[in-house]
Amino acid sequence: MQTLTHPLSIADGNAIMLSSRFGVRRYVFLLLLSCVCLIFHAMPSLADAEGAEDPYADARRAMLKEINKDVEQTSLYLNKQALDSRVMATLGRVPRHLFVPASQRRYAYENRPLPIGHGQTISQPYIVAIMTDLIKPLPQYRVLEIGTGSGYQAAVLGQLVKDVYTIEIIRDLGEQAQLRFNALQYDNIHSRIGDGYYGWPEAAPFDAIVVTAAASHIPAPLIQQLKPGGQMIIPVGSRFLVQQLVIVEKNQSGQLKTRQILPVRFVPLTGDH
Amino acid sequence: MQSHFPRFSIALVSACALSYEILLTRLFSIIQWHHFAYMIISLALLGYGVSGTFLTLFRARLIRHFAQAFIINIVLFGISTLMCFLIAQQVPFNAEEILWDRSQLLWLSLIYLVLMLPFFFVANAIGLALMARGESISRIYAADMTGAGLGSIAIIVLLYALLPNDILRFIAVAGLFAAFVAGQELRLQKPLFSWLLLLLCAVPLLLPGRWLELSVSPYKGLEQLLRIDGTHIVNTRSSPLGLIQVVRSDKVPLRHAPGLSINATSEPPDQIAVFTDGDNMSVINKHENHGQALKFLYQFTNAAPYHLTQAQRVLVIGAGTGADIFQARLYNVPAIDAVELNPQIIDLVTRDYAAYSGDPYALPGVTTHVVEARGFMSASRREYDVIQTSLLDAYGASSAGLYALNESYLYTVQALQESIRHLSSNGFLSITRWVKLPPRDSIKLFATAIEALQGLGVQQPGQQLLLLRGWQTSTLLIKKSPVTRLDIARLTQFCRERSFDMAYYPGIQADAVNQFNILRQPYFYDATMQLLSANKTQYINDYKFNITPATDNKPYFFNFFKWTLLPELLQLKGKGGMVLVEWGYMVMIATLVLAVIASAVLIVVPLFFMQRGADTSPRHNRLLFSLLYFFALGLAFLFVEIAFIQKFILFLHHPVFSVAVTLAAFLLFAGLGSAYSVTLQSRHGRRISLNAAVIGIVSLCLFYSVFSDAVFGMFLALPELLKFVLAIVFIAPLAFAMGMPFPLALSFLHQHQPGLVPWVWGVNGCASVLSAILASIIAVHFGFIVVILTAALLYLLAALVFPLIVRQSA
Repeated sequence: MQTLTHPLSIADGNAIMLSSRFGVRRYVFLLLLSCVCLIFHAMPSLADAEGAEDPYADARRAMLKEINKDVEQTSLYLNKQALDSRVMATLGRVPRHLFVPASQRRYAYENRPLPIGHGQTISQPYIVAIMTDLIKPLPQYRVLEIGTGSGYQAAVLGQLVKDVYTIEIIRDLGEQAQLRFNALQYDNIHSRIGDGYYGWPEAAPFDAIVVTAAASHIPAPLIQQLKPGGQMIIPVGSRFLVQQLVIVEKNQSGQLKTRQILPVRFVPLTGDH
Repeated sequence: MQSHFPRFSIALVSACALSYEILLTRLFSIIQWHHFAYMIISLALLGYGVSGTFLTLFRARLIRHFAQAFIINIVLFGISTLMCFLIAQQVPFNAEEILWDRSQLLWLSLIYLVLMLPFFFVANAIGLALMARGESISRIYAADMTGAGLGSIAIIVLLYALLPNDILRFIAVAGLFAAFVAGQELRLQKPLFSWLLLLLCAVPLLLPGRWLELSVSPYKGLEQLLRIDGTHIVNTRSSPLGLIQVVRSDKVPLRHAPGLSINATSEPPDQIAVFTDGDNMSVINKHENHGQALKFLYQFTNAAPYHLTQAQRVLVIGAGTGADIFQARLYNVPAIDAVELNPQIIDLVTRDYAAYSGDPYALPGVTTHVVEARGFMSASRREYDVIQTSLLDAYGASSAGLYALNESYLYTVQALQESIRHLSSNGFLSITRWVKLPPRDSIKLFATAIEALQGLGVQQPGQQLLLLRGWQTSTLLIKKSPVTRLDIARLTQFCRERSFDMAYYPGIQADAVNQFNILRQPYFYDATMQLLSANKTQYINDYKFNITPATDNKPYFFNFFKWTLLPELLQLKGKGGMVLVEWGYMVMIATLVLAVIASAVLIVVPLFFMQRGADTSPRHNRLLFSLLYFFALGLAFLFVEIAFIQKFILFLHHPVFSVAVTLAAFLLFAGLGSAYSVTLQSRHGRRISLNAAVIGIVSLCLFYSVFSDAVFGMFLALPELLKFVLAIVFIAPLAFAMGMPFPLALSFLHQHQPGLVPWVWGVNGCASVLSAILASIIAVHFGFIVVILTAALLYLLAALVFPLIVRQSA
């Protein structure tokens, strides 16, 4: 299996170019870069990660436990005690550590969002889990994702459905994600760099659409590309904290309804609820 | 030589320090977020406290080399204003990761420490002067106060004239120039040294511009947008109200339309983005095809009132880039009054992008008013069919509770009453807010509306209210008269066509709600039912968030925090529960805790060293009384100042001018009072002078607490300029008296126990830091009147303690 050296070197190369724009910051940056290199060297190599003994297997299992615990606590909102076992099994397989920058790799399986550069983040595993579960992915599904980011959500979906179409607007991120999909041989993930507003008309209609890009409203073209009976899911909040999940449901006659879910265990009103 | 003190350099360096403090708040609001800016600057001011400790420890040596030490500290201040900010902004602090990533706390501490330095140096310089030129304490303090007063005006002017990062350079130059002035004032024997100081002033000017570029957090809206190909900043403007940056996106349309109905099929028109402080994006919509492109404005919850009445005259509050003006025009409203506080926004739309925007402010029938909304209301006698108050804050900041400690006079009971009075007999007041889960704003607003209507004598407020919601926004409609069946029918149709939900109308039944945007329970409907029932008070008390209506005395609409919520939230730490935390309040409490700990250390540590000194071994009682006295003064001075700034915002109707006028008047007249205290003391003695000052302060505080609203009410309709003069007249006597207690006691200590002078200087510094934070916390819970009354009590305490300090010398 091909390692992911390329995407990482792309990231570092860009950072160097950026720093040169800022003159004296170069020295500070070089210092930081050396630290990053040190950390990188201290980390198990990517090849090891994919080897017979997966050094991240325990961390991944621990992450699943964390997710399960969170799901139990938020069952009131999710209307279920546990997530689909297929979804959980997938999260137990996808190598999340390959979707984060080297400097963040040691936190890869912690149940929290992580910065991935370009002002973007990889979502908290619990949020990825419930978002995936909420669209009720079936093996024959065709899913559209707006906002590839690190590619982790697409990778998870890719294991569960027939085809995933994913669009990223930030070129560097999109290219890195493409390299990751290739390296991990996720052949059913189709990625593209560009504006997600018009969706992916050639591949439409979709059984589900996941919008992880910041959207001020729900784009009409995406609703058109959603199959009757399909669902669209949109996390609302900041890059690090999801404040609510919005689910748009299109019924068989094409009418729309939204559902809003608070992804946190919290009883909002007075004590008797 | 001994009688000479460097008054001009003290005034200049104080002016720089105050300007720098305000500038840092602006700079950190741009590169980070407003609430963290507040926290960082508050704690950095502890540099004053650190200085007290430092001066106490090295007092004798510093006094021996006063001239050199004084000048060096000013030079270091000048250099550090620039360098420390440049270092601090390179620290990779990300507020949002603080929950998970402990290293963020280290980064934050590093920012504090670095930014403390400039304040440490300036406090050293002034503290040194107080120690070494003790016979002129009153005049030194006067120079310090006057300088700060001038600085508060200068920074406002500078923020209009220059970009914030250029002002940084300017302050550094002015700070270094103060060192040169000090050299002249202290008559340095070596002319070469003087010339070197003058040359040094040029150094900040030589720094390359790119060194001063702001490193903005990559998670702020503007930085996020600039990641997209083809986006670039095309216009930048600065004012104390914020840094405005205009962004064009050549390749990917912006399509900014929060709150748009999911049924809308048309794409929003081409847009230009307008950011304030690198966030809070709003847009200028392109006006094409005679306004056809703006038809998407029909598809928002705030369009509802136009479906209920054929409005002839509309008031748009916070007209901004003009969308609400165009919306009213789409509904054929002939007369529109557009109120907008920030003239730079109007300027953008009417000059720079007039053709693009369709120049909403110049449309026939549109009258522009550049004024704060409450000011407009109080001066206007007009009646409106619709008063439109749409979203005035960005979702991100709003939902994270970042505005918790921002005073808003737009959503108080009194503000709603004022608006309702300006409605025509069948007019609607329409207020649109973000929908949050669990509900906060919309419900609090509903409760506020009920209280406002009841206050106006309406027996059944529920008959005059309507509430609708989409998945992003909710709009509350308050009608001047009872809602009719026709109103309800029209509104229901409006909602059905746009997939919005009715949350409340008179006579609504449970089966009519929660149909399009489905919540687990019909929270909004449930809340309105409870708030209109006899159970209202109990419901508000039991609700997990603070939904008690805001008032002009406690204008914290955005504070939803309740202490009872905290244990539950802490349990959810790391589980995403922190999305529910009202950050503004929590940050304030964290700041207070840190400031209390640091102050305690800074006040106690010097005591150990003082005990050892031969001439400084104080009697414990005097130590304690001095601590009490100067701590009380430090707290009380800012309490009064902050409370008055708030009071005058409503009177002067402009936060920036209110802050500038109030701050400058307080500092300048306190400076005069300090200078006059010498004369007063020589005529009547120290104790009588102090008692006279405190009696003056306390009686004026009591007078303003009781009568300020009535007094302000008498003059509200006067022209702005006259009101500014009146404000100064109101403040002058109080500030004049407040300038006396500090120098009266400090000069006594200088004569009888000089070792305590730097220590009480530090005590006063620490108290000032705590004061600013405590004033906000007291105001949130008890209102500004209590802040003023507490200050009066503190001054009384000081007057009681003063004889005890003096008696010890007998």
